[in-house]
Amino acid sequence: MKIGYYPGCTLKSRAKNLEDSALASLAALGFEVEELPRWNCCGAVFSLANDDLIHHLAPVRDLIRAKDAGHERLITLCSMCYNTLARANLLMKHDEEKRKTLNLFMEEESDYFGEVEVLHVLDFLRRELGWEKLRAAVKRPLEGLRVAPYYGCTLLRPREVAIESPDLPVMFADFLRALGATPVEFPEATACCSSYQIIANESAALEASAKILRAATASSADALAMSCPVCEYNLGRRQGDVRSKHEGVGELPTFYFTQLLAIALGLPQETLGLKWNEASSLELLKKKSYLTVSA
Amino acid sequence: MSQAPESLTAKLIPIYIMGKRYEVPETLTIMKAIEHAGYKFIRGCGCRGGICGACGTVYRRPGDYRIHVGLACQTVVEPEMVLTQIPFYPANRASYDYATMEAVGAAVGALYPELFRCVACNACTKVCPMDVEVMDYIAAVKRGDLAEAMRLSFDCIQCGLCASRCMGELPQYHIAQLVRRLYGGKLAPATDHVDAMVKKIADGYYQQKIDELKKMSVDELKKLYTAREQEPHQAPELWKAKSAEGL
Ligand code: FES
Repeated sequence: MKIGYYPGCTLKSRAKNLEDSALASLAALGFEVEELPRWNCCGAVFSLANDDLIHHLAPVRDLIRAKDAGHERLITLCSMCYNTLARANLLMKHDEEKRKTLNLFMEEESDYFGEVEVLHVLDFLRRELGWEKLRAAVKRPLEGLRVAPYYGCTLLRPREVAIESPDLPVMFADFLRALGATPVEFPEATACCSSYQIIANESAALEASAKILRAATASSADALAMSCPVCEYNLGRRQGDVRSKHEGVGELPTFYFTQLLAIALGLPQETLGLKWNEASSLELLKKKSYLTVSA
Repeated sequence: MSQAPESLTAKLIPIYIMGKRYEVPETLTIMKAIEHAGYKFIRGCGCRGGICGACGTVYRRPGDYRIHVGLACQTVVEPEMVLTQIPFYPANRASYDYATMEAVGAAVGALYPELFRCVACNACTKVCPMDVEVMDYIAAVKRGDLAEAMRLSFDCIQCGLCASRCMGELPQYHIAQLVRRLYGGKLAPATDHVDAMVKKIADGYYQQKIDELKKMSVDELKKLYTAREQEPHQAPELWKAKSAEGL
């Protein structure tokens, strides 16, 4: 059966490179995913105020759409969407009182009890395929490419929705190794990029990004891999601003991990959505002769 | 023997207009019932045909907490209903330069930043008398899918009830109209017949007719209007006007 797929708003615009490369890779690996026929913004952040139920409506409604479309599992690519949906799902599963209120409020929808399983695609690949099989499917190993796996926050925190142990995560590095790349360890792999603070407190945000980029460069990484459009915005798109305001930050190409996956699977360049990356990313791929155009 | 008018033979039922009880014939639409009760419309009534969106009405039924909606000109009264018309609800419309504007979601978001205050409560969809999936078209605009937003909002008649219920204070119907304009002019594939017609009009095809009309007196205009050929009710699909004048 096809697996439900929740894209999220950014993947339909600025982060089209995340969506295109992921969907092409999943198809190449033999997984059939199906975008939800109806969906709305997940809300982007999980509301923490105990009495603020209204902000749970958006993610819960998406989960209901997945259930109504007959999906037992729902894949997300963006780690913020993953985090928000997975936490809303837990709330509906375990908090009886809030579940009652939310279901009553959304009486036009089917009642929801947290039945759908929310999965981030990285975790999905590990479980459904495993790194050995992924390695076997690789057509163009990323040999000699030193990649810093950047988790950011939302794949690992809070613990209830972490895709693996937040204390010593290995999944991202295992994934990169399966692609033939060399994962480099760096101390800021799970640091926060400052997320939406880039709007409210720009200088603090640029400083947080500087720290991450410096650490990755110090581990002599060729590139930074990530799975979140907000991280990509802070560390990729705004990298020029980081460099102009902070000393010792070198140019570091950034990629969505799914772009590296698509390259390793030998998929053609048009599945990578490279026009959404910074110029340095494209240059690196050219230098490494990783690009092919479909016949 | 001529028949008595409907209002004299139909059974009378009680309805509440803005809280006051009236007995009205059960066969009337809400709009006619309001007039029957003695009110006179100078606003909140336009086409009387379910198209102009001037007559949005909300009502409740006894023992039911839900808000019900309908167009006053299209909805028949029910016993004990408590209603009011909401013919207008303040909603700001952004101004923009259509010629230079890019047909992308971000441009719409820049004009209407309140878009991102939507929490997907769905109150807009529930209150729409045209059954438009308002929340879904707002979701589509947020992710930049203007074609989908156009498609989903196509039946909107701009009654404004969505805006009246929105906790994010969005002017949904203005946003949708902007999206349809952008789609129509900048995204939809061009068609030869439309291009030809636009050129014909730009070249002054109607100019003489318009000049003639402008010179007419009100009485002459009224006569012309009344005598015009109209498409009959339930006309077959291939109905054609006898004269092609004005086409
Ligand atoms: S009067 Fe025009 S829609 Fe009712």
